[in-house]
Amino acid sequence: MICLGNFSAEIEIMKKLLLKKQIDAFRRKVAKTEHPRELVIDLLREIQDRNGWVSDEGVELAAQILGVTPIEVEEVATFYDKIYRQPVGRYPIHICDSICCWSRGGEEIANHLQQQLEIKLGETTTDGLFTLLPTCCLGGCGRAPSMMIGRRFYGNLSLAELDRIIEQLREEAKG
Amino acid sequence: MNSTPQLLFKNRVAGQTIFFKDYCKTGGYQALTKALKTMSPTEIVDVVKASGLRGRGGAGFSTGLKWSFFPADAPRPKYLVCNCDEMEPGTYKDGELLAADPHQLIEGMVLSAYALNADVGYIFIRYAYDQQLRNLQQAVAEAKKAGYLGKNILGSGFDFELHLHGSAGRYILGEETALLNGLEGKRPNPRLKPPFPAVRGLFGRPTTVNNVETIANIPHIINGGAEWFKDLARNPEGAGTKLFGLSGHLNCTECFELPVGIPLGELIEDYGGGVWKKRKFKACLPGGASTPYLTAEHLDIALDFDPLAKVGSRFGTAGVTVFDDHSCMLRATLNLLQFFARESCGWCTPCRDGLPLVCWLLEKIEKGEGTNEDLEMLKQQQQQITGRSFCALAEGAMGPLDGLLRLFEQEVIDHIQKGECPF
Ligand SMILES: Cc1cc2nc3c(=O)[nH]c(=O)nc-3n(C[C@H](O)[C@H](O)[C@H](O)COP(=O)(O)O)c2cc1C
Ligand code: SF4
Ligand code: FES
Repeated sequence: MICLGNFSAEIEIMKKLLLKKQIDAFRRKVAKTEHPRELVIDLLREIQDRNGWVSDEGVELAAQILGVTPIEVEEVATFYDKIYRQPVGRYPIHICDSICCWSRGGEEIANHLQQQLEIKLGETTTDGLFTLLPTCCLGGCGRAPSMMIGRRFYGNLSLAELDRIIEQLREEAKG
Repeated sequence: MNSTPQLLFKNRVAGQTIFFKDYCKTGGYQALTKALKTMSPTEIVDVVKASGLRGRGGAGFSTGLKWSFFPADAPRPKYLVCNCDEMEPGTYKDGELLAADPHQLIEGMVLSAYALNADVGYIFIRYAYDQQLRNLQQAVAEAKKAGYLGKNILGSGFDFELHLHGSAGRYILGEETALLNGLEGKRPNPRLKPPFPAVRGLFGRPTTVNNVETIANIPHIINGGAEWFKDLARNPEGAGTKLFGLSGHLNCTECFELPVGIPLGELIEDYGGGVWKKRKFKACLPGGASTPYLTAEHLDIALDFDPLAKVGSRFGTAGVTVFDDHSCMLRATLNLLQFFARESCGWCTPCRDGLPLVCWLLEKIEKGEGTNEDLEMLKQQQQQITGRSFCALAEGAMGPLDGLLRLFEQEVIDHIQKGECPF
């Protein structure tokens, strides 16, 4: 956590995490609800959408907006696997390793991605573009094998299809 | 061809979502209008009870009976919560339903809330269902505008406010009390039961938690009546249609609305297009990752709660995952147990420590490094974990392990004797 001694600098950092109008919108919701804590996942998701992940400052900002302690936010943030408490690449890739995808070549997909991106599961490419993360069933069992990049679902994957998707994202990142 | 009357998939067109105008064109919100104008809440509960509808979230508890325990007369607020966590591997039916026709769930929620006299509702949606969340956002806005949500719905004096909650991953949130903690913004470990949610649920208030498909069935039951709904099933003890999500080693892995009680073999051949690569059927999970395997001797069995319980398995969520005769069932079971071990919330020891130990043993035997003592220990672990966990997650994890040890023990022994995987 950042130094608590330098309070105004800390507030400045936190303010960069969300737009003022986003913070104000949450403050209005907090004022309206009897149980502000119920907004914590919404808030963390919004902080993550804007910053790519949820930093310590993000946790503190959420705590401040909701009027709870940082530990009360942290115990929630660390529970969910789609809240990133560490920086991830611009494109976090969640590869499904559950039974239906496994039964239709999911392991091959995971191996191929690791080879093509030259990283292991849990790692991020040096150019900061891709992070590979194993995930449980994505609810796309009929379109196995499958993965999710950010919030977008990809099903019926083949190795050739996979290469195309990665290439496309690399191009997108250049543009 | 599917000749089953389509209720839940009535409006489903591949790749499209039906919104308010089109939903109303095919009779949408007629059930709600009829109920609010002509039926009392208890009448609805009675119809649902008589229809034989059983919860579609996996446990199969009678929906009408569950509703009849709800303290409808208690002071407000009272909550109706819809469970769209749907993270059990092999299960994707609720996602298909909401991708096609989100208003069905909204109409079902208002109807159910009216029956329970609940004034606030939440729909809990898993992270991966982003499209479904957006569909629901649009549907809620449309329903509000049309006066089907909010204050004094259709001039009936009934108020109902509906919230959407997008989650952030983790299977355990599907367990209803963990889900309630999740909605409250607390760390979503399950809660001790009793008190049950009907007594002390969301924010300490009376709450009913129901599955998406359960609630989406309510408008159809109100429209068609209890008798009609019951008769849709193929087996005498069954009721209604069911969304079957096919996956695994089949030629066609899609989701179909079919009668409850359809025989397993018919489902596989007529809808799954048979086992892929011209191979033979070896086994399947009949209702998601937590349901013990069925084998070729079960191909004639009626897919429904009671018939499956009789053969030591469960109907679960009717997500049917098929394995061909080239599959190593030990390896499949290891994959399933790894899922449960990773998704354990860590609260209680049998699950947090027991499941990784089971995985370790399965992996050791699968690699050909196992001994007879390992097999004994595996059986011991099964006994130690069963019935001893704080919530039903670890109990569910024992489903595939039970199936393996009961139906495929010889395969496990072969691994040990050959010192390698025989497949
Ligand atoms: C580990 C675990 C996960 C569950 N996941 C779900 C789920 O994703 N969706 C669901 O409807 N029910 C799920 N359930 C069952 C719920 O706890 C609850 O019984 C159900 O939502 C009740 O709805 P129903 O009566 O309409 O089936 C799960 C249960 C457990 C123990
Ligand atoms: S069985 Fe215990 S550790 Fe496992 S998910 Fe339930 S409460 Fe958590
Ligand atoms: S098992 Fe991969 S999406 Fe369900």
